[in-house]
Amino acid sequence: MATSLNLRAALVSFLLLAAFLLVWQGATAGFGGTSGGLPAGMDPEYAKLMGLTATTGKSAMPSPLDVGGALMKMLSDPFYDKGPNDKGIGIQLAYSLGRVLLGYAIAVLVAVPLGFLIGMSALMSRALDPFIQVLKPISPLAWMPLALYTIKDSGISAIFVIFICSVWPMLLNTAFGVASVRKEWLNVARTLEVGPLKRAFTVILPAAAPTILTGMRISIGIAWLVIVAAEMLVGGTGIGYFVWNEWNNLSITNVIIAILIIGVTGMVLDQILAAVARLVTFPE
Amino acid sequence: MASFDTFRRGSGISSGCSCGEHASQSEHDFACKVTGSEDERYSSFVETAVMRAVFPHTPTRRAFLKTVGSATALAAVSQFLPLGSVTDAFAQGSGALEKKDLKVGFIPITCATPIIMAHPLGFYSKQGLNVDVVKTAGWAVIRDKTINKEYDASHMLSPMPIAISMGLGSTPIPFSVPAIENINGQAITLAMKHKDRRNPKDWKGMKFAIPFDYSMHNYLLRYYLAQNGLDPDTDVQLRSVPPPEMVANLRAENIDGFLAPDNIAQRAVYDGVGFIDILSKEIWDGHPCCSFTASKEFVTANPNTYAALLRAIIDASAYAQKPENRKQIAEVIAPANYLNAPVTVLDQVLTGTYADGLGNIKKDPNRVAFEPFPYDSFAIWILTQMKRWGQVKGDVDYAGIAKQVFLATECAKVMQDMGMTPPAPTKTIVVMGKPFDPSKPEAYVDSFAIKRT
Repeated sequence: MATSLNLRAALVSFLLLAAFLLVWQGATAGFGGTSGGLPAGMDPEYAKLMGLTATTGKSAMPSPLDVGGALMKMLSDPFYDKGPNDKGIGIQLAYSLGRVLLGYAIAVLVAVPLGFLIGMSALMSRALDPFIQVLKPISPLAWMPLALYTIKDSGISAIFVIFICSVWPMLLNTAFGVASVRKEWLNVARTLEVGPLKRAFTVILPAAAPTILTGMRISIGIAWLVIVAAEMLVGGTGIGYFVWNEWNNLSITNVIIAILIIGVTGMVLDQILAAVARLVTFPE
Repeated sequence: MASFDTFRRGSGISSGCSCGEHASQSEHDFACKVTGSEDERYSSFVETAVMRAVFPHTPTRRAFLKTVGSATALAAVSQFLPLGSVTDAFAQGSGALEKKDLKVGFIPITCATPIIMAHPLGFYSKQGLNVDVVKTAGWAVIRDKTINKEYDASHMLSPMPIAISMGLGSTPIPFSVPAIENINGQAITLAMKHKDRRNPKDWKGMKFAIPFDYSMHNYLLRYYLAQNGLDPDTDVQLRSVPPPEMVANLRAENIDGFLAPDNIAQRAVYDGVGFIDILSKEIWDGHPCCSFTASKEFVTANPNTYAALLRAIIDASAYAQKPENRKQIAEVIAPANYLNAPVTVLDQVLTGTYADGLGNIKKDPNRVAFEPFPYDSFAIWILTQMKRWGQVKGDVDYAGIAKQVFLATECAKVMQDMGMTPPAPTKTIVVMGKPFDPSKPEAYVDSFAIKRT
């Protein structure tokens, strides 16, 4: 029964994709383009100076076939390096992943211990609450000018922005997970005279792990969202810079490819954390 | 006359020296130490600068100079400061390079042509430099990265180093402009729907995009609008928009037009979303646009590297100025590593044979020019517009700031060393038929009907 449901779901997904691509192809082919002739009265010399959109009415939006062709070409040589401003898509992706993972790792190191502290102490929870509430809703990109100004290094600024945006969901989820560990378990631990450190690692951590992992999963999604915007701002390298550079060239084809790649990478990151979350989840 | 008359800062001080330019005879003597030899002129310039740094408060400095005399004062100051080395930093330039691996930032527009093409065409390596030219996302970012020393030198809009040196929009950091990147090469582009509405008097209520607040684009567009009776602050909306977004915004009808670098304007034509209304040279033929800049700190720490870099830029500008080289340059700077733009678009900008978007082919070989000389009067004009539109308030030391930021003497010296003939240090400036006298900047600001002072 389960397999047949999966099969049917896959079939529907495939049909949806096919329908989407067909509509896309139809919509982009619809704007003339096929005729290839110049509009009446346009000087051929003049037409040579103009783009195809202006002369033949070709849609500025590429068709799925154009995108597919360009994607294949890009994936066939993902690691070329032609100087500081022109690198293959694989290298750009690696730069972005490196930044995200570094910023994210620092965020984990800060958020989980701090979350434990907040979750275990009612005093700290109340004392830190106003700061968290104020800092949490700030758009990560609003930090960028401040970071550039104070850190004085665009690479580290980007990592800082990843850190500051991915720290909150983890912090709150850890605190919540720790605070809502069942009282019976803590009482049992107390009866057995388990020390606070041991209690944290052997009772609270396993109990709160699923909640913490949920926070980490939310955070990685946010970090990946933010890196694209941050790299568009500071430039240099990364998938966000790639988007910006292709936008600069008004190349919609490459922007669509970048969007695809960003989406797929984000999904992979999310699935990895989902798998880890399944490992630590326990049946009650 | 004192060519480095840097003491005369405040106005309204009665003259008390033989030439009538200085507050006292001792100041006159000090400033007039400039003699025939180049070396002495440099050392004098540096000495004045150092004196000013040691005694920033003008009356104190004057009192000090008056009591002890300028020669004694200098001797005293030299005791504590290695004046010799600072002087050397300016005068030399042919010694060993202090730093060979450099990073130079640029914004992907045709204004940066000399900076960019110097890389693929080998003008940097000819000077023994290994330069990475790094594409940057926007003017604020290139400013911050240069201030943060991620870049050794960079491409900026020519008002930016003046603004940075004065602390407008950032902390004041002395910057220098040893070379202008390009002359002309911008255009007012309007959306196709306005093709019958080309008289600027009818533009009330329209929305225009400019690249940055501290840009020639801002000042030229404001000038053009004001000259046609529109107040740029109340009658139209001006927005700072990064150039690549301009074409997209024009297509989406979020803006009615923009004054932007020619490759952006030409791109709007190429994509059929706009037409070129006027070239910026129709407002001011020969206006500066972008500049090559480095912080004063970099200049003094790496004098030889800096001079080599400057030679590369001047060399590249001279090459780019020749019409026969323009087609090749367009092809060289088009790839993704540099401008990432269609060759057809760049070719039209650089050769000056272009489609205007209304079905005509226009020919103007001076559409963009590459003349590196940073005239003082350019900086003074920029300062008058900063004053006019309220970006700076109060008294402005027009000539002093111009001399500090725009290094005309420096550029002339390097040009001479390279066997080129530097242009005369003064240049006639006429903006929309109205002449500009750089010796009377305040009167120029006052002469405008529409202003924010």
